[in-house]
Amino acid sequence: MAEINMAKAINLALHEAMDRDDRVVVMGEDVGQDEGVFRITEGLFAKFGDDRVIDTPLAEAAIIGTAIGMSINGMKPVAEIQFTGFDYYAFHQIESHASRFRNRTRGRIHIPMVMRAPYGGGIRALEHHSESRETYYVHTPGLKVVIPSGPRNARALLHSSIQDPDPVIYLEPKACYRLFREEVPDKMETLPIGQAQVVKEGEDLTLISYGASLRAALEAAEDMEDDGIQAEVIDLLTVSPMDHKTIIKSVMKTGRAVIVHEGQRNCGIGAEIIARINEHAFLYLEAPIKRVTGLDIPIPYFSKERYYLPDAERVVIACKETLNF
Amino acid sequence: MPRKVLEIEQKIEYLSILDENANVDKELEPDIPAEQLKSMYKYMLLGRRCDERMLKMQRQGRLGTFPQSAGHEAISIGSAINLHQDDWHVPAYRELAGMLYRGWPIENIILYWNGFEEGTAPPEHVNDLPICVPLATQLPHAVGIGMAMNYKKEKNVVMTYFGDGASSEGDCHEALNFASVFKAPVVFVCLNNQYAISVPLSRQMSCETVAQRAIAYNMPGIRVDGNDVLAVYVATKEAVERARAGYGPSLIEGLTYRLTPHTTADDPKKYRSEAETDEWAKKEPLIRFAKYLQNKGVMTAEDLEKMEAEVDNMVKTAVAKAEEMAKSEELLNPFTIIDHVYADMPQFLQEQRDELAELVKREAARKEKKNAKSETGARS
Repeated sequence: MAEINMAKAINLALHEAMDRDDRVVVMGEDVGQDEGVFRITEGLFAKFGDDRVIDTPLAEAAIIGTAIGMSINGMKPVAEIQFTGFDYYAFHQIESHASRFRNRTRGRIHIPMVMRAPYGGGIRALEHHSESRETYYVHTPGLKVVIPSGPRNARALLHSSIQDPDPVIYLEPKACYRLFREEVPDKMETLPIGQAQVVKEGEDLTLISYGASLRAALEAAEDMEDDGIQAEVIDLLTVSPMDHKTIIKSVMKTGRAVIVHEGQRNCGIGAEIIARINEHAFLYLEAPIKRVTGLDIPIPYFSKERYYLPDAERVVIACKETLNF
Repeated sequence: MPRKVLEIEQKIEYLSILDENANVDKELEPDIPAEQLKSMYKYMLLGRRCDERMLKMQRQGRLGTFPQSAGHEAISIGSAINLHQDDWHVPAYRELAGMLYRGWPIENIILYWNGFEEGTAPPEHVNDLPICVPLATQLPHAVGIGMAMNYKKEKNVVMTYFGDGASSEGDCHEALNFASVFKAPVVFVCLNNQYAISVPLSRQMSCETVAQRAIAYNMPGIRVDGNDVLAVYVATKEAVERARAGYGPSLIEGLTYRLTPHTTADDPKKYRSEAETDEWAKKEPLIRFAKYLQNKGVMTAEDLEKMEAEVDNMVKTAVAKAEEMAKSEELLNPFTIIDHVYADMPQFLQEQRDELAELVKREAARKEKKNAKSETGARS
């Protein structure tokens, strides 16, 4: 198949999933006739009609609440929240219900739904359109939280998320929607949820990232090659349940780790990674683990976004401090 | 027990005073002093010209994405004009004209849409909340402000705004209910422009009006022609008087139309027909009000032209000032992103502030190096 960008890849996965399983429906604000504010649902309304591509009234709590109800009654809704800045309206439905039905009914009722939402900064968006708050969901037992980083894994992971028997929060790094193209195979593929990928091998230290921040990690790894430093780069792909085995294996080899994410630092994904490395590989460490993250402030409006978002320079500095410890 | 019928009145009034051809209903026409009429027109015009100018700036890459407000000047001004300066104005994001009338400098608006928090800081003399992007979330705040007024025995009112889309949010219904239960002095103004981005009213609700929801919340509800500033004025004046006298909230729905896309990132051709847009363009609020002012002898064609020039000048001056401010040391100060998060800076944040200082130093060094290089280049 031709090379496509991430927006197109997610769109392709939605087409494929709806083609092969008529229980799959897409719902949300402006997902129908308008084809989504980022054009992620392009062509779906024309092809599947308004029974399966549902333009909803403007109410996130009801979008997620009814998606839960549809799931209970045998369907597989893929609900879009237009920006993660507005998913808080639906948080009680996710936390109190989507995540708990399986447990509180001892497995009789489960919620095989997907909540898709663009997250993150870097596109000069207006206020409330740039947040990276995956930690809220990671902290909620019963949810899976998937964050792709490129076209091919975005498509494969969306298929896995739709097929998963439990609720999946599928967060799309909007800065990557049209950032680059990648070859995706003709044949539909899936990727296991809860499995990280080593995207670059190296011996000197381990860089761990996901989503849009992975670009900063990869760029830093490339920059450091000029100085003869070989960083191993891990793309988490799923932030919960987290694949710490891949991380531990790498850290046992390199003895050093730097974590990169644009979400806030306080109790962020990096904090959990450090805890797991401590639990499983403490004696292999040659230096304290560093975090390059968003600051613990509301993400600034876009004129000062650059002071908040991790970039390759900050990553390189952190890596060198780790290496020179 | 036989079934009983509960008598609940289900009538919603519709008010239009100045129609699209500038015909005025003499019986309903409010008695507004000439100076105030001029001021209403001036701020409607200022809102419009400012919106148009910002669109141009956005297209030139001088402004970020923003939601436009052209077409909503009558609702915004017809209502805000009924407030005292110490009343509260709690907007959503299409009340540009009203915000300017209330005393927000145009520069603030431009700075906000250009990614500066300073734009959201209300000026000292303005008793308003800033623009609120998450839909309907400002409505409970308005009610809370009103509840505090009741507690403090203040004789003020709160005017708050939301769209037809926002009327579907839980926060909207919860706010209406609280206001009603606690008799909060709040005037809810719905800018019903018939589309929530692409979703038409018919998909937003299956009832005919937003106003009729007032019945369920036991408050007066009225639909007005939202492009008729006189109708908006009359309806909100009644609601403000009622609230000020201690009788609680009201809901006013102004039926209107976006003359523009939802935001600069939207393409309305995908969901609105050109014929419909053209039809509504004829009904827009400024032209009919200008005709009314002329017919009434409040303003001459020459006065209107003068006002155009005055408003253009205000916008021009403000744009220059905003762009100057955006380059000022005060607004470029990176540490403001940290310094206003808490009243007292926690230790962990102080440490992050130190990290930021390192980053800022690196940025400055890079800039200096670049400047030195270009100087050397210029000399050779």
